[in-house]
Amino acid sequence: MKRLSCLLGAAVLALGLLCGCHGRREQAAFAVPETFDKSRNYEVVFWAKNDTNKTQTDIYKQAIADFEALYPNITVTLRLYTDYGDIYNDVITNISTGTTPNVCITYPDHIATYLTGDNVVVPLDDLFADPRYGLGGSELKFDGPTKEEIVPQFLQECRVGGAYYALPYMRSTEACYINKDFVEALGYEIPDVLTWDFVWEVSRAAAATKGADGTYSLNGQKVLIPFLYKSTDNMMIQMLYQQGAGYSTATGEIQLFNDTTTALLHTIADNTAEGAFSTFKISGYPANFLNAGQCVFAVDSTAGSTWMGCDAPLMDIAAEEVVDFDTVVRAVPQFDPKNPKMISQGPSVCVFNKEDPQQVLASWLFAQYLLTSDVQIAYSQTEGYVPVTTKAQQDAGYQDYLARGGEDDTTHYQVKIDAVRLLLDHTGDTFVTPVFNGSASLRDAAGQLIENVTKSVRRSQTVDDAYIQSLYTDTMALYHLDAASPSGGKADLGPLPGTAVALLAALAAAWVGIGVYCLVRWRQGRHKERRNG
Amino acid sequence: MKKILSVLLALGLACSLAACAGGASSSEAVSEETASTETASSEATEETVPAEQDAPQLDAVASGEVMNYDQYMAADLDTEVTIQAYVQAKQSWWEDKATVYLQDQDGGYFAYDMACSEEDYEKLTEGTCIRVTGFKSEWCGEVEIVDGTFEFVEDAEPFVSMPLDVTELLGTDELIYAQNQRVAFKGLTVAPSTVEGSDEEYAFLYNWDGSGEEGDDLYFNVSYNDEVYTFTVESYLCDSTTDVYAAVKNLQVGQTIDAEGFLYWYEGVNPHITSVTVTG
Repeated sequence: MKRLSCLLGAAVLALGLLCGCHGRREQAAFAVPETFDKSRNYEVVFWAKNDTNKTQTDIYKQAIADFEALYPNITVTLRLYTDYGDIYNDVITNISTGTTPNVCITYPDHIATYLTGDNVVVPLDDLFADPRYGLGGSELKFDGPTKEEIVPQFLQECRVGGAYYALPYMRSTEACYINKDFVEALGYEIPDVLTWDFVWEVSRAAAATKGADGTYSLNGQKVLIPFLYKSTDNMMIQMLYQQGAGYSTATGEIQLFNDTTTALLHTIADNTAEGAFSTFKISGYPANFLNAGQCVFAVDSTAGSTWMGCDAPLMDIAAEEVVDFDTVVRAVPQFDPKNPKMISQGPSVCVFNKEDPQQVLASWLFAQYLLTSDVQIAYSQTEGYVPVTTKAQQDAGYQDYLARGGEDDTTHYQVKIDAVRLLLDHTGDTFVTPVFNGSASLRDAAGQLIENVTKSVRRSQTVDDAYIQSLYTDTMALYHLDAASPSGGKADLGPLPGTAVALLAALAAAWVGIGVYCLVRWRQGRHKERRNG
Repeated sequence: MKKILSVLLALGLACSLAACAGGASSSEAVSEETASTETASSEATEETVPAEQDAPQLDAVASGEVMNYDQYMAADLDTEVTIQAYVQAKQSWWEDKATVYLQDQDGGYFAYDMACSEEDYEKLTEGTCIRVTGFKSEWCGEVEIVDGTFEFVEDAEPFVSMPLDVTELLGTDELIYAQNQRVAFKGLTVAPSTVEGSDEEYAFLYNWDGSGEEGDDLYFNVSYNDEVYTFTVESYLCDSTTDVYAAVKNLQVGQTIDAEGFLYWYEGVNPHITSVTVTG
């Protein structure tokens, strides 16, 4: 009995060894049904993200109500999140139990991970093209966009591994929100296109106004972070793309850890040492520092524009802390002002596969409904988002909204409209990073390099080439970027770690043992056969 | 033979687990910069024990091996600090990082994203004494220890703080000196909250602007001496199954309440409330 227990235990352990990374349920691939069965009722579970913005929540609810009025046999159940990461984590958890939502707001990076499961996310190409229920289809009960009416750059971002796995929902980019008064007080004029050199120079000049008593003459306060960046992953990615330096290949080969990155980190370290730079993770929200007169250049998403500026409709600091100043909106700093490059970001919508194709079709109808002009225009006005369809962008109501910039400090808040126009004018200058299984980790790693360097400088630690090389090694390991690339290219991984050698040796020994055992058993069996025969 | 095989397979698994654990040790290496412990050179100072608190004296504090609260508060931001204090509440654990409220006889600490295994997190029960080494930081007004590591202080008597009544400090510059402590407020009036675009009044909101739903943070306003303050039931600290979550959902505008919690800061005082009692 002890032997049996021992063997069973070993078998279980071996199964865990071999199957530990699996456990997801396999599903059949989705095929578009001939017709939509309206005699049945469907529940579509929709996981959405709002920017802790009540109006956005209301727009989702209104869209659901309007959709349900058109399709009384479909009930949409909304679950709200305030963080993309939480949606991602919950989806991952639910893939293994087959309890994913039907429709989900997400980022393409995340979809790439979901796709590691079999048929988890529905490829949308066939649905796009379906003449009855596809984009602009004849059987739709709403006036949705055709495929051609979705902004091509935004749609292209939803293509993962040769197929469309999402619809774009909203798009934004990053913008630099500038305290014009401070820039001019320092003797500079804001150019049409910011350069990194300009921003670093002005930021260092601002930091240099610190007096012996710790007060900055620029703002008369003891706190000043001249240049404050919200998303350092975007910062690193854009800096690399603007210089044509490596980040990753389309197939997932990691190129982040290169000489250009090293040079950038040194520049960031130097400016941090002079008190010119910090990050959201280290210091706090750029908007709060900007509005308190404690920041010159604040970089944040255009989708955060309603928090930016002393007249911003949304404010996180006490009214008595807000200072009066003019806010100017510019694209993120550039290395080549004649060829600006900025990241495109924003939520997309994916549809999860289910056993019942009719259920998937109902989900697709709702996902598609989110691209109707009413939903697009209403949602985009809540923040500095841009509608993803030309149909909505060219809508007379939307054009009127843009034209009324500055009329009020709510819907037509000037800074928000300026941020939106920035993306509308530069859609052709946007880019996205390749999407593959692991691209989300690579993005995190890119930001972490800046965070670590900035923190280390603030902590009076030495940041030199040795530090940066060590940081690369640690970051690669932390984010599991040190394996062979998915493209099939091989990275120099160095000698095998001792644990890996021990593992391989143990496995080899186990298989040798199994072989010997089987041989002995076979020989015994043959012997028995002969005896019994 | 079977025994040998099973042992070999088990060994294989053990080795593979060890190999996987290599990732964790790498992650530790990333934060290694924060892990080296420097003994505080400052001398221990005379400690004043508030009447409400009766924490056991810690030898390490008395000997200067670790900072006392005054030394910690005097330390510059972005410098390495080592303190010894008692867990008062656990806020969250995620990916081997724990966020906890700590307190000693002199003041409160907030250890944010401190390296912590899930197993150790279970051991961080209320009153447990730990030694934390990390970097003093400030995020939106909240002074905290980040990138920290910790160790259990064996044989230390547990200590659970009594709430410090700071009602009369509301609206004063002195309130911040009680930051991160377990505090109490008496005789507050529930004030109305509103959402953008509506005059309808609510006793509480899901999220700061009402955009959330069950399970999200609860925000409610209270008034005292004609000033209004925003209190929060932080859903990681007290989730929707807790008594305080239910109590806040039952509040009515105009009710008088007593409240307890931890004195968190976000661009001003923003207590994380752990209990509410309606008194009138």
